[in-house]
Amino acid sequence: MADIITVDRDDVLLKKEGFDDHFHDHHHEDKYKSNFISHYIFSMDHKMIARQFLITGMLWAIIGAGMSIIFRLQLGFPDESLAWLKPLLGKWITINTETGMGSLQPEFYYALVTMHGTIIVFFVLTAGLSGTFSNLLIPLQLGARDMASPFLNMLSYWFFFMASVVMFYSLFLSTGPFSGGWTAYPPLSALPQASMGSGTGMTLWTISLVLFVVSVLLGGINYITTVLNLRTKGMTFWRMPLTIWAFFVTAILGLLSFPVLASGFFLLMCDRGLGTSFYLSEIFIQGSALDFAGGSPVLYQHLFWFLGHPEVYIIILPAMGLVSEVMAVHARKPIFGYKFMVYSILAIGFLSFIVWAHHMFMSGVNPFISNFFVVFTLIIAVPSAIKVFNWIATLYKGDLRLNTPMLFSIGFVSMFISGGLTGVFLGNSAIDIQQHDTYFVVAHFHIVMGIAAFFGMFAGVYHWYPKMFGRFMNETLGKIHFWATLIGAYAIFWPMHYLGLAGVPRRYYRFDSFDAFGSFGEMNMFITIAAIVVFFAQLLMVINFFYSMYYGKKMTTKNPWGATTLEWTTPIKAGHGNWPGKLPTVHRWPYDYGKDGKDFISQLEPMAEGETEAH
Amino acid sequence: MADITLKSHRSSRVHPQKFALWAAMASITMMFASLSSAYIVRQAAGNWLEFQLPSAFYISTIIILLSSMTLHKSYTSFINGQERPYKLYLVVSFFLGLGFVVSQYIGWQNLYSLGIDLKGNPSGSFLYVMTFIHVVHVLGGIACLLTAMFHAFALKFKVTERRKHRFELVNHYWHYVDLLWVYLLIFLLFS
Repeated sequence: MADIITVDRDDVLLKKEGFDDHFHDHHHEDKYKSNFISHYIFSMDHKMIARQFLITGMLWAIIGAGMSIIFRLQLGFPDESLAWLKPLLGKWITINTETGMGSLQPEFYYALVTMHGTIIVFFVLTAGLSGTFSNLLIPLQLGARDMASPFLNMLSYWFFFMASVVMFYSLFLSTGPFSGGWTAYPPLSALPQASMGSGTGMTLWTISLVLFVVSVLLGGINYITTVLNLRTKGMTFWRMPLTIWAFFVTAILGLLSFPVLASGFFLLMCDRGLGTSFYLSEIFIQGSALDFAGGSPVLYQHLFWFLGHPEVYIIILPAMGLVSEVMAVHARKPIFGYKFMVYSILAIGFLSFIVWAHHMFMSGVNPFISNFFVVFTLIIAVPSAIKVFNWIATLYKGDLRLNTPMLFSIGFVSMFISGGLTGVFLGNSAIDIQQHDTYFVVAHFHIVMGIAAFFGMFAGVYHWYPKMFGRFMNETLGKIHFWATLIGAYAIFWPMHYLGLAGVPRRYYRFDSFDAFGSFGEMNMFITIAAIVVFFAQLLMVINFFYSMYYGKKMTTKNPWGATTLEWTTPIKAGHGNWPGKLPTVHRWPYDYGKDGKDFISQLEPMAEGETEAH
Repeated sequence: MADITLKSHRSSRVHPQKFALWAAMASITMMFASLSSAYIVRQAAGNWLEFQLPSAFYISTIIILLSSMTLHKSYTSFINGQERPYKLYLVVSFFLGLGFVVSQYIGWQNLYSLGIDLKGNPSGSFLYVMTFIHVVHVLGGIACLLTAMFHAFALKFKVTERRKHRFELVNHYWHYVDLLWVYLLIFLLFS
């Protein structure tokens, strides 16, 4: 039987309309794939770097989530023996010689909580999410050969890797990792003698995060430059997919806020090592008075949250971009209100810089200044609500394909609404008097930027997995993963709102010894069980991920989802440089679904006679 | 192979590397903006020692402004194909750059002899920290000047687009750290 050769319309268009940059005249590809090390390890190909970020992020996610299971066990079952964890945790489990009861050391409980926060916020949801998808999609969706500087891009990953190594090493210190909370407020972070983790643990934490800041800055400079400079012919700003808009604004936020964290850390290091008093005032500790005079820990909080608040948008904006794109593709409809989506991203980006003090209402900030921050915090609800409205309107009367990426996108919207609404409560400085530092806050931010961002990331992973590995992930496992995570996540965090309203404080090691909170024992037990179930559901995803890499259903066509964007016009196994021949030329916006009776029209397709551009 | 992207279609007339440098400058600016605002907040909280800036800082200002001028002269000589002044002014700029660092160091010593210690009142600590971070960025600039000198003396003199572009990057960064110092001096004088 003769082979049937099908010619893709994409290939015809690429040949006919494409932009010739004479890429194929130079034999870059061969040089690139010359050996294992330059291809898989010190790779400068953005697609490989994206996968490196993703897999490193996944390893950290397992560690970070595993830590939460250990401290949830402590909270849910304070009277059960944890002796079985001794082989894993060693001296951090003390065993009562008479009863044989093993209990978690309180110091280590704090270390676990601190590391859980640091790892998930920075290593998983910043590097693992925006690092992965900015790298993968910016060049592919813009029609560029690679990032503006592939070398800086490689450095960006390896700085992240070094940060990871240092942080991982700190987990095994005899004094334990840093334990003063992921925000590292002084004096716990500034005085090495303040607690066990404040010594070497904190030193390594700072080194790790400085390396991480370098990684984010190198990546961000690259993403911004690529978006501004290397868009292919015809790719105007208003023809960029929403993913790119989101990554672009995310990179700007990172570029402008991480240096502030760096200077905050620099002053912190001076306090720790050189005896300055930026953050430390008169302190009496371990039987002696220290020399520090006149410093203010609130100053650190200002510098930290000037990064810290944009940071939550650095986490959520990429997820929003991924969800918008995945949703339009699988609803077979243009995204509703494209321009408003873009303006909302820009508005959120701008507002994120002038709301930081809402993390400090109860830190002794002038209440009149608080009012300013209340107003801007509540205004963020406007662009957020516009986005939510547009997502729902995109779904309305859509020809929905309820596959795993789509389910996670819809789940994202659900989580974002649930978590966002409680943000309106907490943004009021008066209500915050009662709610601050309670489980209400824990519930709020886990749903709105933790689970929601994970949902966006999962939508992205399931959707672009074929682009990354040339195979599909298993749908059945994916759907089990989705439902277990959706129901499980609500089961974990919904009850925490009630705990918070009842005034149950965060960060406590156990509650049964307090009369006021003793009655919540069963609720804590329920939350812990839900957390364990959700944790194992994530392992299912990890298995699916690695299994599908080798045994998943093979991708046979270039554009399996019927998407309009450029990444699906590259070969199934795209080499370095992405397009083997000419670069694509763009003729329309990325959301022409169901237009003029056609299912979808690729961005490559020139405008027909008399056709007007949508949006 | 690292510059394959530079052959791609460009949507902007600005060279991507130059744009990346500007982005990096924005980032450095944010760092000093945050230190300045921390300074203002801490100053407003009271218990703040007022003192005079050492005269060495003014000398530093003259040195670094001069270095910017000589570097610009070197650049214009380069594009006009004048080899000797290009090399001469480049070397002069480099030594003026070193002179700035030395002068800053003398300034710190003067401060210390006046009793302004890093460990003492936060007004002193802020001064040392801000000027130190600035000097670190100047050292980065001096490293760039060294590279430029290497190009000037090791390569055969030829005015090419590529070398012009590289030299421009060095120029932009050096003028930037110069302006940054002028900003810092004005800030420290009047805040």
